[in-house]
Amino acid sequence: MSKKLRKWLRAGSPWVWFNAGAVAISIIMVAGLIGLLAFHGLRHFWPADVMQARYQPPGLPATEVIGELIESETVLAERLQDSGVDVDPAKNFYQRDLWKFGNREITGTDFGWLLTDYISEKKFPDALTVLERQQWGNFYGIPIALLERGETLANSRAQAENDSLLWAELQFRLDRAYELREEISSLQGQELGRVNSELERLRLLERALVIADEMSPTLKQEINENRATLESRLLVIQLRLNRLKAEISRDSVLMRAVNNSEVQIALEDIVRAYQPNQLGLPGKFAVYFSRLWEFLSAEPREANTEGGVFPAIFGTVVMVLLMSIIVTPFGVIAAIYLREYAKQGLVTRLIRIAVNNLAGVPSIVYGVFGLGFFIYLIGGEIDQLFYAEALPAPTFGTPGLLWASLTLALLTVPVVIVATEEGLTRIPRSIREGSLALGATKFETIWRVVLPMASPAMMTGLILAIARAAGEVAPLMLVGVVKLAPSLPVNGIYPYVHLDQQFMHLGFHIYDVGFQSPNVEAARPLVFATALLLVIVIAVLNLTAAALRNRLRENYQALDV
Amino acid sequence: MNTMPDKDKTTIEQSSDALTVESVFATHADRLRAKRKMRELLDRGAGVTISLGGIGIIATLLLLLIYLVYVVQPLFESAQIQRLTSFQLSPSAASGEPLYLALEEQAELSMRLSSSGRVDFFSLADGAVINSEQISIPAGAQITQFALASEESGLIALGLDTGAVHLFSADYEISFSGPNNARQITPRINYPLGREPVFIAADAMQAIAVAQANDSIVIAAVAGSGELSLVRATRQSSLLALLDPSADTDYQLEFTRSELALVDTDWLLIDGDQRWLLAISAQRMVSATALDAVFSGSAAVQASDRLALQTESIQDARFLLGGLSLLVADANGDIGQWFFSVGEEGLALRRVRNFAGSGTPLTALTVEQRQKNVAAIDERAVLRLFNTTAERTLIEQQLDDIRIRSLALSPRGDRLLTETDSGLLTSWSVSSPHPEISWSALWERVWYEDYAEPDYIWQSSSAGNAFEPKYSLTPLTFGTLKAAFYAMLLAAPLAVCGAIFTGYFMAPPMRRKVKPLVELMEALPTVVLGFLAGLWLAPFVETNLLGIFALIVLLPVSIIAMSAAWVFLPRSIRHSIPDGWEAAILVPVIILSGMFALWIAPPLEMLWFGGDMQAWLSNEFGLAYDQRNAMIVGFAMGFAVIPTIFSIAEDAVFTVPRQLSNGSLALGATPWQTLAKVVLPMASPGIFSALMIGMGRAVGETMIVLMATGNTPIMDINIFEGMRTLAANIAVEVPESEVGSSHYRILFLSALVLFAFTFVVNTVAELVRQRLRTRYRFL
Repeated sequence: MSKKLRKWLRAGSPWVWFNAGAVAISIIMVAGLIGLLAFHGLRHFWPADVMQARYQPPGLPATEVIGELIESETVLAERLQDSGVDVDPAKNFYQRDLWKFGNREITGTDFGWLLTDYISEKKFPDALTVLERQQWGNFYGIPIALLERGETLANSRAQAENDSLLWAELQFRLDRAYELREEISSLQGQELGRVNSELERLRLLERALVIADEMSPTLKQEINENRATLESRLLVIQLRLNRLKAEISRDSVLMRAVNNSEVQIALEDIVRAYQPNQLGLPGKFAVYFSRLWEFLSAEPREANTEGGVFPAIFGTVVMVLLMSIIVTPFGVIAAIYLREYAKQGLVTRLIRIAVNNLAGVPSIVYGVFGLGFFIYLIGGEIDQLFYAEALPAPTFGTPGLLWASLTLALLTVPVVIVATEEGLTRIPRSIREGSLALGATKFETIWRVVLPMASPAMMTGLILAIARAAGEVAPLMLVGVVKLAPSLPVNGIYPYVHLDQQFMHLGFHIYDVGFQSPNVEAARPLVFATALLLVIVIAVLNLTAAALRNRLRENYQALDV
Repeated sequence: MNTMPDKDKTTIEQSSDALTVESVFATHADRLRAKRKMRELLDRGAGVTISLGGIGIIATLLLLLIYLVYVVQPLFESAQIQRLTSFQLSPSAASGEPLYLALEEQAELSMRLSSSGRVDFFSLADGAVINSEQISIPAGAQITQFALASEESGLIALGLDTGAVHLFSADYEISFSGPNNARQITPRINYPLGREPVFIAADAMQAIAVAQANDSIVIAAVAGSGELSLVRATRQSSLLALLDPSADTDYQLEFTRSELALVDTDWLLIDGDQRWLLAISAQRMVSATALDAVFSGSAAVQASDRLALQTESIQDARFLLGGLSLLVADANGDIGQWFFSVGEEGLALRRVRNFAGSGTPLTALTVEQRQKNVAAIDERAVLRLFNTTAERTLIEQQLDDIRIRSLALSPRGDRLLTETDSGLLTSWSVSSPHPEISWSALWERVWYEDYAEPDYIWQSSSAGNAFEPKYSLTPLTFGTLKAAFYAMLLAAPLAVCGAIFTGYFMAPPMRRKVKPLVELMEALPTVVLGFLAGLWLAPFVETNLLGIFALIVLLPVSIIAMSAAWVFLPRSIRHSIPDGWEAAILVPVIILSGMFALWIAPPLEMLWFGGDMQAWLSNEFGLAYDQRNAMIVGFAMGFAVIPTIFSIAEDAVFTVPRQLSNGSLALGATPWQTLAKVVLPMASPGIFSALMIGMGRAVGETMIVLMATGNTPIMDINIFEGMRTLAANIAVEVPESEVGSSHYRILFLSALVLFAFTFVVNTVAELVRQRLRTRYRFL
């Protein structure tokens, strides 16, 4: 025995195992982190059963509770006592459950802790309905009647006896409300936006003419006529909107909530309605995917704590695309220069080290540079020269899409340079010499032989750059992202691509909703989902880069023969 | 290009009917030559374009550094003073000694109060008198006392030998008129208590003082006998006064005569909060009295050694901007800054700093209205302009050959007006862009007003002009290093050990799976890590603090135990798993021991710490516990830098030539001995550079620190408290800071510091790595 141990010690096995332990811990941390994100992020969309129960802590009247059970934990009796709860001195630990009550207008809070011991009569009634609303979060309750223009529908009280009939009628009327809402939002978002932007352009044109001292009575009259036309169009849209709004506010539903209170909810406020307790697995999956789709495709609601993240996805993608368009040619040109044209010597070596190190400079430094140089200096100059009519409201002298893309391009250009150079270095000399020997000029060799062979390396560099840019938040906070953008940076309103506009970003969305929102508890699941989405996007990009790199290596292994 | 030969062929065919073979060849050769020329041109053009482009892009990257320096550099520019114009006032205006000189906001007009009680407003460009007014002084009466509430208020009290006090201030009305909307400034004298003087004493006074707060004015006077009298004028907010703001009677006066005897009072001063009345004698004694106590009739003078100004023969005494610090000038021209601080022995007046003079007494002393700047002129007409907070002398320059008797600074601090004994007025332009910044203000302990001792403070948000900006970068740098230190505490052992195992011991199939996992880890956005750290890990650690400590203890123990147990496992099991899979075996062991640690912790906490470890820590060691603390940052940022260190270190270990380790193994060394004695010494520069680069990344990381700490700029190494780092500070404050302000430039300076630090660290690491690479090449 001891001989074995001595040998074990002498061979240094404990140290080897220690090192192995470090790898194991790292693996567990990564896997655990991804698992945690996936668990919390994906769970959020699952329509959990809604429970109805009786809650009676000792010495307090019994009350009815309805809600979703989020999690349970064990807590020290002392902690509970500190927070003012009466506890049994004999017990050291208590079990408590986190409930989501919803119904914020009645209960005041969305969430609450209940001590498990005092919950009784747990039930899952089929008729319990979840209403996801535009405002005030979820509502849990049982529909008891439908109202039209404030009047209770004659047969709806009777229908309430037969739950499914009422439910069918509610669904029918909800569909109508959805359609109307769609129409309203398209009218508001597109037509109203277009007319307003044209009016604004007209105003700027007028100002520009005044500034340039070129205003003549005929021009003035023309502008006024245009304005009058636009304003009348605005009026027409407004009227249509008013009519639609009157239409959509027709129906509402009367809900019975906890402790027999009755609440009337307008159908126009309802985003989705379902009865989780009577949904089968397929039904639950249908709701799950519908919620998942909403998350990916819809606009955020309720100060970003609910709804979707589509504008953030869109903003991230547009910003990254714009950055790629800027960074690729510049990075490749710099790499070709360094590898093929510059005289290889001490200076090139120093430049190479410097470029390499710029990739390690903190991103916030690039943000500061972007803010000072691009926005205040260059943007300010552009405004003076080309957008004087809009001053003092800045056009480009304020954070925006263009500056964010440029800053990130600067941040990622070292990555592209280094990757492209690596690809260029790996191309065997013999291939270049072969091309030159056949009479090709240097540029032709590079353009037709070297660059195509190095293209996977360039792609790798670009993808790594994109992965870095997509996950970078700190500099963007200074140069262009915003909590809530009124419109997408690319849309149907002239000039279609709004380089001067601020945009939403997935990474900033996580920071903002997770740390700046008033209701962090309610927003947390959504932040987990957003984080998961961001990680998936970046992981996919990185894996693509890795695959490309491997393909590149294989290609050259064939060449080495 | 592929299409070109075909095209050539067709042209030859078309022309072959008419032309001879030779001519065809000639034209063809011409074409070829032209084409070759084109290609050559294209080649050259491309060469030039690419070179220019490449150099341009590299220059752009260089621009980053240059621009940062360009923004930061004005911080350290020295102040400049330039003579603008000199003029004599008209004889009637220039009469008498000047009691007070002042400039108006736009520095277009100036005001001069002469000892005869005459006020003249004149243009600063040419000295043309625009308006004059005589304070009504009865025949035979003399002005004996002059007091100014503060430079900002401009409220002047003139004491006559009849015991009367006149109170007035200069007002400037700005109007725009004329075709170009030209600015017109109309000066006038404003009497808040009416044109009639307030009789505060029976005869000539030793000293008077005046102070103004929002809606009350206090006048204090020490009569010849030493008797103290006070008048408090409170603005009436009655409807009548509101309707008629120009009414003289909108102040209600309240007279108080105190029992206190303040003999030998040369300067009487009231502080900015109207809490203290100071009577200063040339023999350096200060009597401090609580103003409220005087009004309520229960005043007692606090005069003791603690209040003595340790200054020989005081020449002048006045308050600095904000009314907190007392400036005391002595016969040597030294100016001391003093303020009250309540210590253990009660109230004490302490000298905070001293500005040495030239050895001659001062002739004039004035303070700026927006910044804590002080201007002083001595007998030899040497002007000294300095900032108190930064302890920085901005200007020290002789202005004239003749003695200068009076001095005024414009509200914006950009103009200076001097008057010589001969009555020659000179206006000067002063540029001191960032007076409050100096090396000591940024990096050393500074004794700020209202603080008990010198300290490192970062507090950039200002409540008003009188706020003393506190721009110490030390707590931020400290926070940065603290965060990096705790991150490295986690990351360095894990990453380096992991890299050694992966690079040397690990079975290749497992290595192929681990490496992409680490690359994925590197790609995880820091905002996600920060979010998890702040919203998931921080609450988790708070409730499971002991569990985390148990985990830290238990993990190595369980690994050792597993490794020892492995020796005793039956051969069949051991041999079923090849070498280099130890890490995979340990994964379940670590998970189980982790779960055990978290499970065992609550009962242990109950047993040892009474169920609440945080409370125990604070009771036993006085350690405060923040939910978002350095430990959380250490975990999250450690996680972020592990892959950086891991990749580079693993590369260094893996690329050590195999023949070296094989040779060592062949000579009978165990794998561990080979690693420790052969591989590690070879790989150590690479591992070192990996740690450096990891450190660089930890120093500049923004989002994790922003989200996982409370961002309070404190200096405390305690692992359970938060910090604010340079990077997080920039992210929080830059969007709100005014472009070109000191605050803005200091944030750029901190960006420059970050840039320089990471750049140097990375360069060193890169050089080390390159040397390593050349070393391998010879093997």
